[in-house]
Amino acid sequence: MNEYTMPIVFGVVVGTIARMIMLRTDYRQYPTYLHGKIIHVALGFIAASLGAVAVPAIMEMNFTAVTFLTVAATQFREVRNMERNTLSEIDDYELVSRGKAYIEGIAISFESRNYLVILTAFVGTLFYLIWNVYIAIIGAFICLIISKVLQSGSTIRDLVEIEYAPPHFDGAGLYVDNIYIMNIGLPERQEEILKYGMGFVLTPKNINVVNTIAHLGQRQAILHDVSVSLGVFRDSGTPALVPLIKRDLDDGRIGVFILPQIRDKDKAMKIIGAVPVLETAIRMPSKSNTRNREVN
Amino acid sequence: MVIEKAVLAIITMNKAKVSGGAPIFICENMDELHKTAANLEAITDGIAHALSDELFIIVKH
Repeated sequence: MNEYTMPIVFGVVVGTIARMIMLRTDYRQYPTYLHGKIIHVALGFIAASLGAVAVPAIMEMNFTAVTFLTVAATQFREVRNMERNTLSEIDDYELVSRGKAYIEGIAISFESRNYLVILTAFVGTLFYLIWNVYIAIIGAFICLIISKVLQSGSTIRDLVEIEYAPPHFDGAGLYVDNIYIMNIGLPERQEEILKYGMGFVLTPKNINVVNTIAHLGQRQAILHDVSVSLGVFRDSGTPALVPLIKRDLDDGRIGVFILPQIRDKDKAMKIIGAVPVLETAIRMPSKSNTRNREVN
Repeated sequence: MVIEKAVLAIITMNKAKVSGGAPIFICENMDELHKTAANLEAITDGIAHALSDELFIIVKH
């Protein structure tokens, strides 16, 4: 035991707690159960240790020791790779796949959460050493709140208006509102689709959103989340029953066609609204200088 | 280049309208046409698309 033991232990504990709070098993079903969780809590523990130990290293004027934080960065980039590989492997076996962009989004958040853990542990230990344990608890608590805020980005609901539009056929063409989805030839398939299918039209609220919701990865993420939450009326080898999203080229609205097992309009609209906006899909044309110059 | 879509079969009642590389199934009536298309769709894991009332194609996506 020395003067640094308790602050380091404190930092490690709050860091690990932060990781546990940020580790949610929700409708995305990932990380799944015990083993997936153990991996991430263990990595969170390592991250917390790194964050906590950095403070005494600086206080002892041992500045070179801080370079081991670069090791941490490498380590957590590896976490991101691990997540990406696992999810990509599984994706082929999903009835409605997640899509590469969604997987990348999940992998990024796993990496960044570890950095938030380092921050929490660092702040906890630093405040403990400078002031006392009570201020350290307050500091760690603020960090937990910041982590929680940073953890959740915006959702589709913030970007678009969602309306229900029952799918209908014009000849062999399947339409949601006036957006063409696909060509279904067989009359019995058409009946199935009219019976089980649901359609939604997402109208973008502004110019920035048009490109974001047109992103193929974002569209696949919507389909995946809806299928996970409401079930999906299909099996392997029935490509005619695959849920699809197509775009209206005129105004950038998108037509969502799904075949859920639970056909509840309001629930489906809520679920579409709660789909996370993928970081990789976000575009900001209104921030483009050239464009603004031309417009004004 | 990987070819992602391919016409696997053509099902028709009007032989004069089709020819080419894909297998062609000629049917007598609408009922037979629909049954053949449904079977081929299931067998090939493709989708039966209607080009007109008497002409269906099975496409692998």
